[in-house]
Amino acid sequence: MTTSNTVEDSPPKARRPRLATLLGRQPLGIVFAAPYAVFLVAIFAYPLGLAVWISFHDYFFAAPGAQVDRPFVGFDNYISVLSDAAVRRSFVNVAKFLVINVPLTVVLSLVLATLLDNAVRARGFLRVSYYIPYVTSSVALVAVWLFLFGMAGLVNQLLGPLAPDPSWLVNGGLAMPVIALFVTWKQLGFSILLYLAALQNVPKELHEAASVDGASRFGSFMNVTVPGVRPATVLVVILATITGANLFTEPYLLTNGGGPDGASTSPVFVMYQKGIEQGTPDVAAAIGVILVIAVLIISFINKRLLESD
Amino acid sequence: MRSKVMAATTTVLVLALAACGGGSGSSSEAIAAKGPIKIWLSNNPEEIAWGKAMVEEWNAANPDEKVTAQEIPAGTTSEEVIGAAITAGNAPCLVFNTAPAAVPQFEKQGGLVPLDSFEGAAEYVESRTGSAAEQYKSSDGQYYQIPWKSNPVMIFYNKDLMEKAGIDPENPPLATYDEFLETSRKVVASGAAKAAIWPAPTSEFFQSWFDFYPLFAAETGGTQMVEDEAATFDSDAGQQVADFWATMYSEGLAPTEAAPGDAFADGDSAMAVVGPWAVAVYGDAVNWGVAPVPTSTGTSPEEIYTFSDAKNVAVFSACESQGTAWELLKFATSEEQDGKLLEMTGQMPLRENLESTYPDYFKKNPDYQIFAQQASRTVEVPNVANSIAIWQAFRDAYSSAVIFGKTSTDEALSSAAEEATDLAGQS
Repeated sequence: MTTSNTVEDSPPKARRPRLATLLGRQPLGIVFAAPYAVFLVAIFAYPLGLAVWISFHDYFFAAPGAQVDRPFVGFDNYISVLSDAAVRRSFVNVAKFLVINVPLTVVLSLVLATLLDNAVRARGFLRVSYYIPYVTSSVALVAVWLFLFGMAGLVNQLLGPLAPDPSWLVNGGLAMPVIALFVTWKQLGFSILLYLAALQNVPKELHEAASVDGASRFGSFMNVTVPGVRPATVLVVILATITGANLFTEPYLLTNGGGPDGASTSPVFVMYQKGIEQGTPDVAAAIGVILVIAVLIISFINKRLLESD
Repeated sequence: MRSKVMAATTTVLVLALAACGGGSGSSSEAIAAKGPIKIWLSNNPEEIAWGKAMVEEWNAANPDEKVTAQEIPAGTTSEEVIGAAITAGNAPCLVFNTAPAAVPQFEKQGGLVPLDSFEGAAEYVESRTGSAAEQYKSSDGQYYQIPWKSNPVMIFYNKDLMEKAGIDPENPPLATYDEFLETSRKVVASGAAKAAIWPAPTSEFFQSWFDFYPLFAAETGGTQMVEDEAATFDSDAGQQVADFWATMYSEGLAPTEAAPGDAFADGDSAMAVVGPWAVAVYGDAVNWGVAPVPTSTGTSPEEIYTFSDAKNVAVFSACESQGTAWELLKFATSEEQDGKLLEMTGQMPLRENLESTYPDYFKKNPDYQIFAQQASRTVEVPNVANSIAIWQAFRDAYSSAVIFGKTSTDEALSSAAEEATDLAGQS
């Protein structure tokens, strides 16, 4: 009876744990986390949810107040996208891009970071040099690459009779590799930075032990450095995959709209054409959703493969 | 954890669904309403100067209906900026840079006011532009744009480079495809210029307006790419035009890579596809001459049609004082203001009997006379549903077959025509 009275007479005690569960042990933390949570919901979650909704409807952008019908169309937009040869080609193009860009980014950035981590002359200058392309506008850099890889560009002038015909940017077989090279070069600084940070966590003792055991510098690099920076490698691979899947500026500017003959179109470029230029955001949203799913699957596989011994 | 994910997902979906509301369109009250309005002008300096002067005159006479003019905000294209403004509900009352190809899309968005809502509008449009106005009528039989000005496309040539190539600089043979090809071969073979002509070989939907379409208009005597919701270019005329350009590219007379700058101004190309704007742009910097676009048989110049490259004006539904917008539109396209536009920009008002309306101007500026004559024979882009998607489908097929020679021209025209007809038939 006493126990029963105690429970009935003290309802605040019963509510407090529930409130505490909801707010957590540090309610103030919610206040600090809230701005970023709101940012995430407003800038990422809401548009993603809206994109999924749009992709299942006959949707187009309309003036506020305009009476428009936006019926549910099921998978029609997805069927339209998957039966469009130009869209399928854009996915193949971006796959080619990733096959070149991701391994090249990982290998080059790890090797360069390892070299920069050692005491080399002008280390500060080299670190800044690698980072500058990353912080420079793609538009400005594309202008430089047009000057280099254009028909009458510096590269062709140096190559003389060995220059490819058709030239780099209008050659169906070379346009995407040139773009992959450009993006690798542009993004390299950031990956180097990630690896430089990761290298600080590889204990020097392991290198010394490997040396005592008679390992060569290459052997030490392969057996100590590479496994030691594995978490960074996972991050670099996933970030390079996401960046690559979002390829837009380069096909738009460097190869003049995904040329030649669609050899360098990317899914995001096709989304721009369909969604913005042609007024079919429903089709563009379907491409976007497929792209998100593809990137998630690739990233998951990469993570599993790279994290397993 | 699962419940938190569910809650987050529900929130996202609720927010997404909340965004999908509807509402009402333009009202009769707005049609009659008078008051201050905003307008956008193109970012061409000459047009801005004309626009500001026009607005100043209007404001002096109509202090209660003050007009504020600004340049169209920066964007990849004007059409994208206008489309975004329609969606956001902050489009101005008038845009003096509305591309006819984008009008069907703006119309579908509910962004435009049918001009027929204003009393006497259709009569005004037709009396000003004549029979050419018909091309600007939408599929519902109404006008959503006033045909404003055109830049009839012609061929500019560099007389000095022609002379260097051993060609008569005053009268280079450019009337037929054979003559044009022969002249081009001489230019390139002589080393006078890297290219005979350098149209942009890029894949933007509008690029065909400056290579295939003018020649197709000339070859067919003024046929639009799509008529009665069916593509017209999968024909003998279309085939001839495509084969002509394919020869230009395959023989290296026109480069397959975009020019790094202005190839005509830099002397890298002996010819260019231009409108009357080129007179002011190249002026004394290039010793130029002008010729109509070629046809297979060398049609007489006074019978040649070309692409209009027109820019029009539309009244946008976001406008609260549409009555003032319509009055300003009539003022800005009056005979007096059209004359000032011609004087200040060299662009051709889409007005019937242009030469006889402004005889003094053409007497003083004979360089523009040939463009004025050409302006009476222009073809507009078809005013049909999915207009931009049609042009993109055509451009992709054209790039593949004509510019890069990956497929045959007849195959490309046939597949593009099938797609265009399908798109034009969709509402």
